[in-house]
Formats: sequence, C-alpha cells, structure tokens
Amino acid sequence: MKDQYMSISRIYAVFIRQVFLIKSNPTRLVSMFLWIIIDVVLWGFITKYLGSLGRDTFSFVNIILGAIILWGFTTRIEHGIMTTFLEDIWSRNFINYFASPLKIDEYLSGLVVTSIAMGVCGLLLMLLIAGLCFGYNIFRIGLFLLPFLLILFIFGMAMGIFVSALIFRLGPAAEWIGWPIPMVLSVFSGVFYPVSNLPNFLRIFSRVIPASYVFESMRAILASELFSIRIVVYLCIGLALSCAYLLVTYFFFIRVYRYNLKHGTIARFNIE
Amino acid sequence: MNETLKVVGLVKEYGSFRAVDNITFAIKPGEIVGLLGPNGAGKTTTINMILGILEPTCGSVEILGKNLKEHRTEIAKQMNFAAVYAQMPGNLTVCQNLYVFGRLYEVRNLKEKIKFLLRDFDLDTFAKTKAGLLSSGELTRLNLAKALINEPSLLLLDEPTASLDPSIANFIRERIKNWVAETQTTVLWTSHNMYEIEAVCDRVLFLSHGKILLSGNPRTLPAEHGKKDLEELFISAAREPLSFL
Repeated sequence: MKDQYMSISRIYAVFIRQVFLIKSNPTRLVSMFLWIIIDVVLWGFITKYLGSLGRDTFSFVNIILGAIILWGFTTRIEHGIMTTFLEDIWSRNFINYFASPLKIDEYLSGLVVTSIAMGVCGLLLMLLIAGLCFGYNIFRIGLFLLPFLLILFIFGMAMGIFVSALIFRLGPAAEWIGWPIPMVLSVFSGVFYPVSNLPNFLRIFSRVIPASYVFESMRAILASELFSIRIVVYLCIGLALSCAYLLVTYFFFIRVYRYNLKHGTIARFNIE
Repeated sequence: MNETLKVVGLVKEYGSFRAVDNITFAIKPGEIVGLLGPNGAGKTTTINMILGILEPTCGSVEILGKNLKEHRTEIAKQMNFAAVYAQMPGNLTVCQNLYVFGRLYEVRNLKEKIKFLLRDFDLDTFAKTKAGLLSSGELTRLNLAKALINEPSLLLLDEPTASLDPSIANFIRERIKNWVAETQTTVLWTSHNMYEIEAVCDRVLFLSHGKILLSGNPRTLPAEHGKKDLEELFISAAREPLSFL
C-alpha cells in the first residue's frame, strides 16, 4: 500500500528545526521582528502627524496603521516560508531531508506551519505596539478582520511558496528576488492609498492582487462603518484569487521539485 | 524475497552523457557490498538513485521487495545513509540534529534512542555542541548515528571514512561491522580505500564509465585477474577498463 497520508511527526520535524535555530541564537528574533516594529513605530508617528493636520475629519491612525499591520502580517507569512526554506539551503540540508521519508507535501506543510507561527507572533507584536503607543484598536474593523486575515494569510503563503520555488529552480543566488516582492506588490495592493489613485493602466495589476480587495474593503468599512454587498463581493474575489494563486504556486513548486529530481539538482543544490 | 536491494537495468543520462549505464545487481540481507570505481564512475549517481533523490532515466530499484518509485516513503523509513558530502546542519547541536532526524524517520522512544546512540558513538560529551564545531571524526560519528537512528534494513555509505585518521576510521569500520553482525543490515559502501574494502566487504562491484566491470570477493578477485592485490586491480581497471570487458 502506498503511503498516502501526511505524517505529523515529519511536519513537526521541519517546524522544530526552526525553533531550535531560534533557541540557539536569539538574535534571529531581531531579524524576524525588527523591521515590522520599525514600520509600526514610523507609520504610527507619521499618521499621528497627519492626523494633527486633518483635525477630526479623518482617522489616519485607523486606516494607515491598520493597513501597515495587515500588510506586515502578509509579509511575515511570505518571509516565514522563504527564510525557512533558505535555512535548508544555507545549511546544505536538502540531501538529508529528501533522502529521508519526508514527502514534498510534508516539507511544504512544515514551511507553512513555521510561517504561521512567525506571522501570528509578528501580528501580536505589531498590535501590542500600535495599541500601547498610538491607541490603535484593530477590532474596530469588526468581524471583517477574520476574512481579511484569511485572504492575506493565503496570499502570503502563495507568495512564499512561489519565491521558494523560484529559488529551488534557479539556485541560491535567486534569493534576492524574494525580499523585495512584498514591497513591489504593495504599490498595487492599495496598502497606503486607494487603488483609484493609481493610473488606469496600473489598476489592471491591482485587480489581480487579492490584497487590494482587502485594503479597499478595510477603507470602506472604516470610512462609513456600514456593511455593504460591495464589500462582500470584494472579499469573495480576494479569497478566490488567493486560493487560485496558492493552488498554482503549489503545483509550480511540485513541478520544480520533480525537475530537480530528474536533473540531480537536489544532491548538488548549493553549487547553483 | 531474498534480496534487500535489487537494481535492474539502471540508467541515468544527462543529455547525451550516460553517467550510469544499464547496471544490474542485488544484495542479500546482512551482506556488505563495496561499490568501487574511479572518480566520475557513477557511484554517487547510483547511490542517489537508490536514495530516491535522483530519478533514473530507466530501470528499476526494488528495496525489500517493493518498487522504490511506487513506495518511496515506506521504503525510506527502512533505509538510511551517510556521506561525507551530506553533513548534518552545523547550526544545530548534536542532540537537536538527532531529534529532528528521529522525528523525520518517526522513531519510537526517540529520547532513549538518542541516549543510546550518543553513548554508542562516543558523542555524550558533545550532545549540546553545535555540529558545525565538531572535528571531522566527531562529525562522521554523528552522521553514522543519524544513519542508524531508524535501525535501517539498508544502509548506504558513501565514503564514510574519507578524511579520517586511521584510528577513527578503524572505529567506524568496527562499529558498522558489529552493527551488521547484530542486525543483518545490508550495506552498500563506496570507498577509495582498498584496505578498508578488503577488511569490511563480502563482495565488491567495480564501476567504470557507469558500467559494472567486475564483481566478486575482494580477497580472491585480484588473483583471479592476475593481480597482486585489490589496489593493483583497481588501478589496472581504472586505466584500462576495456581489457576487463
């Protein structure tokens, strides 16, 4: 009988390896969380200043800081998958991993579990700082927060798997592609401004980025605080796009893995 | 099912280059078989195909009566390997490495197993040392401890004693021989040390340009081909492979 089921023990092995790495060198926490802390603090002060200019007509803190936190969560998920994958490249661990009973699905699941842990820790830290320093309360978004996080989480996973697949295919030197991707996508995602601010030809990109539907919906909710069918439609589109990207990037990763099996790249991956 | 490992018509091509050219062999339980050959002969390529990290162009690998392609995960639980080029992650401690790999192989009573392996491979004092800080002898012992963590039925060793001093190399050889005697594990062992091969292996397969040129008992094979010892046979087969075809 073929082994059809995933093993929790093997997924846990991929996850616990990262925990051991952090335990053995806590400075890793700095690289994991420093940038998101800087983002929240920096944008916290900027929004406070903008708020003082706009008087009471518009809550910059709620809109911009909320978007920064949600985008920070997405970035953490993407970087979580990518850095966990890169750790195996840096420590030349592929032969040992893939010669073991570990299945590619289990390996990917291990990467995802690690990134969930990193993403959730990052989110809680950002909320804590934003709450304590700037009086920000994310729960003003209400129950819509759950679909927002779900869409961004799935999209973050898809980005992380896509970047990992690219590195897996092109070699360790392709690592640089992964770091700026969230920043590039933020231009089209409407994180800092409404998509309507973009020129028409750039809005086409926004329409295919799930995160843009989340941020447009968030602005609509915080501006009017009204439930509308338009928001529900937006969220459905965002969710459908995220799931589609996750599926496509998953199959892309599997395809790259099979290519590497055929060409012997796993055994000599670090040579590039 | 008599063989632990059965390789039939195995071929690996990279474009027009044939790294492994239609090799067939089988290994019985408890047998230690040496895979010899000059650099680039196809030894590591063969081992990688048996491990399932390299897809053969054609041919099949059967382990414990099951086809590797169809039952890879199930088979991988019952085999393991150690190679000089596949070190344990240097940023984890000895204990953490064994724990992670024990989890990957779903080892039962893992903590007791790790304690036993640390003692058995004289690694007790290094349990909390990062693998990257170990000497090559200590690292080889750690690789072997990892290779035996799941008590494999098939053990693949790719130059396990390369770059070790004679005393540690001897320790490793004795440890593996004792393990095989106790457990009837099947071992496929590559090495460039002919003394080692003669001392450890029941049988050798000599690979050149991806083909098996010679096979037999390492202690009687040289005389059968009019050579003084295994080293002379190796040199002769590596330089003039056509004379052995």
